[in-house]
Amino acid sequence: MSYLEHNVKTVPVGPQKILSLNWAVIILLSAVSGIGFLMLYSVAGGSMTPWVEPQIKRFALGMGLMFFVAMVPIWFWRNMSVLAYGVSVILLLGVEFFGTTNMGAKRWIDLGFMVLQPSELAKLSLIMVLAAYYDGLDLKKTSRPLWVLIPVLIILLPTALVLKQPDLGTAILLLTGGGIIMFLAGVSWYYFAAVIAAVAGAISAVFQFRGTAWQFLKDYQYRRIDTFLNPESDPLGAGYHITQSKIALGSGGWTGRGFMQGTQARLNFLPEKHTDFIFTTLAEEFGFLGAISLLGLYTLIILFCIFSAMKNADRFSSLVIFGVAAMLFLYFAVNMSMVMGLAPVVGVPLPLVSYGGSSMLVLLIAFGLMQSAHVHRPHRTR
Amino acid sequence: MKRDARDTAQSKQIISRRGMLLGVSQLAFVGALGARMQYLQVNQSDQFRLLADENRINIRLIPPARGLIYDRNGIALATNKPVYRISLVREDAGDVDKVVQRLKALVPLDPEQLERALALMKRRSPFVPITIANDLKWEDIAKVAVNGPALPGVSPELGLRRSYPMADDFAHIVGYVGAVNEAELNRVDDRDPLLQMPHFKIGKIGVETKLEKALRGTAGTKRIEVNSIGRVMRELGRKEGDSGANIQLTVDSGLQNYVQARLAGESAAAVVIDTVTGDLLAVGSTPAFDPNKFVNGISQADYSALLENKYRPLPNKAIQGIYPPGSTFKMITALAALQADVVTPQSTVKCKGHVEVSGRRFHCWKRSGHGNVNLINSLKKSCDVYYYEMAQRAGIENISAMAKRLGLGTHFDIPMSSVAKGLTPTKAWKRKNRDADWLIGDSLNASIGQGFVLSSPLQQAVMTARIATGKEVIPRLVKSINGQEQPIEGGASLGLNENHLRLIRKGMFAVTNVSGGTGYRSRILGDQYRMAGKTGTSQVGNKVVRNSDVEWEKRDHALFVCYAPFDNPRIAVSVIVEHGGGGSKAAAPIARDIVLQALFGKLPPLSAYPKADRARIKREQKNLKLRDPATGKTVGDQA
Repeated sequence: MSYLEHNVKTVPVGPQKILSLNWAVIILLSAVSGIGFLMLYSVAGGSMTPWVEPQIKRFALGMGLMFFVAMVPIWFWRNMSVLAYGVSVILLLGVEFFGTTNMGAKRWIDLGFMVLQPSELAKLSLIMVLAAYYDGLDLKKTSRPLWVLIPVLIILLPTALVLKQPDLGTAILLLTGGGIIMFLAGVSWYYFAAVIAAVAGAISAVFQFRGTAWQFLKDYQYRRIDTFLNPESDPLGAGYHITQSKIALGSGGWTGRGFMQGTQARLNFLPEKHTDFIFTTLAEEFGFLGAISLLGLYTLIILFCIFSAMKNADRFSSLVIFGVAAMLFLYFAVNMSMVMGLAPVVGVPLPLVSYGGSSMLVLLIAFGLMQSAHVHRPHRTR
Repeated sequence: MKRDARDTAQSKQIISRRGMLLGVSQLAFVGALGARMQYLQVNQSDQFRLLADENRINIRLIPPARGLIYDRNGIALATNKPVYRISLVREDAGDVDKVVQRLKALVPLDPEQLERALALMKRRSPFVPITIANDLKWEDIAKVAVNGPALPGVSPELGLRRSYPMADDFAHIVGYVGAVNEAELNRVDDRDPLLQMPHFKIGKIGVETKLEKALRGTAGTKRIEVNSIGRVMRELGRKEGDSGANIQLTVDSGLQNYVQARLAGESAAAVVIDTVTGDLLAVGSTPAFDPNKFVNGISQADYSALLENKYRPLPNKAIQGIYPPGSTFKMITALAALQADVVTPQSTVKCKGHVEVSGRRFHCWKRSGHGNVNLINSLKKSCDVYYYEMAQRAGIENISAMAKRLGLGTHFDIPMSSVAKGLTPTKAWKRKNRDADWLIGDSLNASIGQGFVLSSPLQQAVMTARIATGKEVIPRLVKSINGQEQPIEGGASLGLNENHLRLIRKGMFAVTNVSGGTGYRSRILGDQYRMAGKTGTSQVGNKVVRNSDVEWEKRDHALFVCYAPFDNPRIAVSVIVEHGGGGSKAAAPIARDIVLQALFGKLPPLSAYPKADRARIKREQKNLKLRDPATGKTVGDQA
């Protein structure tokens, strides 16, 4: 019986659970999604179709799932962790064999009623399984090589499968997300120092071997990096995305051109205007104030999660909340960096704002876990 | 699994500490993102907004409506006809083949053009409208419009096409427009961006090209919003251009029509000029061609037919053609001799049919000779020997100078293609161009308008007008541009002795009004219409056989110049019938008919003709294919 179950009678039951949800986070999530609806409406030229309606439906479904997940005690989900991880690895393998190809990448499984992106599911289950692993691990063993190797393998298995799709963005997210859980769990600094050194070496190796039979990355991935390093070198070719997105952002100014008045995104200058590059529409139409407000909303969600996690005495709960917050952070940080020309273009959506089913559902389910951990937290005083 | 409290507390401490660290680094990253936002959106905003505007605003040209061309009475010679086109947008059509099949069932489509359009469509972006049919009738367009729902992507369009309602009559004067070719696109002096537009037409010959600048107008612009792949989203504003200037010519379309009809069947040219203003009332050249065929690109077969026609329909013979003036030059020689004071009106020269000069024998056209001839008779009978004598007395320099004074060897600046300068030879010219000394024989040949002398029908008409008025008549083709009357140039006295001119005119009067004159058969009855003229026959090669006995290309050119009315000259006319034989037979009757038509403004009454000819003239008038001024249709077209 764990520490958590030991304190079970102090956990709220029935309708009380709803009151003890972290409502601030729910409101913030809704606000961010609301901004997403507005932007999709604008990008569609002032129309509910083709993007806003399905997005609202998914949001409603996601919210329902979030509440359902939140109501179920967190220890149930902890026990489901390994199963969830197993299922997502099997699904990732399934993509390899049954996936539909879209824009040169196999990322989706058509389930009939919806198209599933298993790599999204993998992000969540990775957080869960790592949190569960460290929950059960004796603290003294945390930094021992064998006990470090196991979580590393747990991370690398889905990462390798995602990389093979190929989906560099998600792979980076999985790697970084997993690393963050390991870091929080108390794995020694030395390991991280070693990994950072190894990564630096690997990056130089990637460029050293470019053009040889041994090259690690695909040509288009090299090109994206080149473009990122010098977008003006080829403004109408590979650097097009970055240059156009910077123009859209920059033309927004302080207060923007006004809702529905943006020209760059609506006039098709921007690629993926409803998915990965939707931030440019916001920045162009609502300017610096609009963009910084969205950043503020995300930051508040992260802060509420950190407070919730730090107050939570249960190790699994705490790690899951940090993990979910880190997942959200990585999404928007990578997306915004990419759009603002701080990072190469990798396919990472703006969380809850970009049009897309899997990522929104999985993110809301993840926040369901966070809520469950929050609701079912141990109350020491009683 | 139960965990002890110390382990839990320690783990909680680690997670909190590291969580705090993570939170702080996350906040730092958020700060960096915010700073980047500020940099892009606030600090660099102006620069990016400029780039954004360039991104979306595209300036397109609006082609101006080309100026119209009218005759002196305001009758349209060149217009812009609305034409209906059908264009197809591939993207909207979906299944292009299906739509085209349906369209074919509705309206006639030119298979050749359709094939070209479909090929072009594959190469262009899917949203670019491609013209698949030109020049459709209104009924066809209505059919397409009614069936709109079944024809996705098909849209009827209204455009303007240059049209020449007078067809062949003004082919040489007005000319035609055509597509811009590579050479025209690269011209340094015309960098108008309009030339780059597809379907834009510019003048190719005649007034259309010579007054291109005025006719074209200036392009308007419209600012349109486009997206990154060039699709037009909406129009933001437009600035209309100026349509081209309307041009009124001095030509009378009725007279021009008559001249073309009268010359029909011959390779001939005629010029009618107003002796007072210099206005060109008609500039005929036959055969002509239909300029409308050139507007959308003439077919190879039609063009070959024009090129291979031995009567050469393409050049404007009245302006570009240069011919030895033959005996019509004799007025000049006579004037030069009078001016040089080497002859008196009464003094005679004995013509025995030929004269020996420096060992060579020069013949008069009348081998039996004219006997004693004075100046007036020399013109009336066109005695060559008299002029051989005048040439020796006056010298070539005097003759050449007089020719120049009367308009020969002069470039007239009228807006027509390749206006010929002709030639009035001098000793210096021969030295320079032929590298030989001037021989006395050259003077003799020149005195009767043979040898080196060359002139165009236009110059001959000017010469005649100058003799008739004694004034410096300068031809004018453009009456007004955009309603602004163009100046009448010249009109000053030539400074010739009026008595000399009177003598010449008398001689010319005798040619066409006194029995025995070479043009007497083409006289006009009725004092107020009488004309004075001069026949000419310019030799094509040396021969001593009759014209009717040699093939067409070797026959002599027939010329005639005249002015009328004799008492109060208003018009001067010159006619040349290439390889027509003698001037009195082939050219004079034509000139007489043109004079009468010009003076009456319609077909003249038969009373103007000698009694014996009236039946024949009546027949000829009936057979003429003239345009009905009311309907614009040519009589006899139905046949």
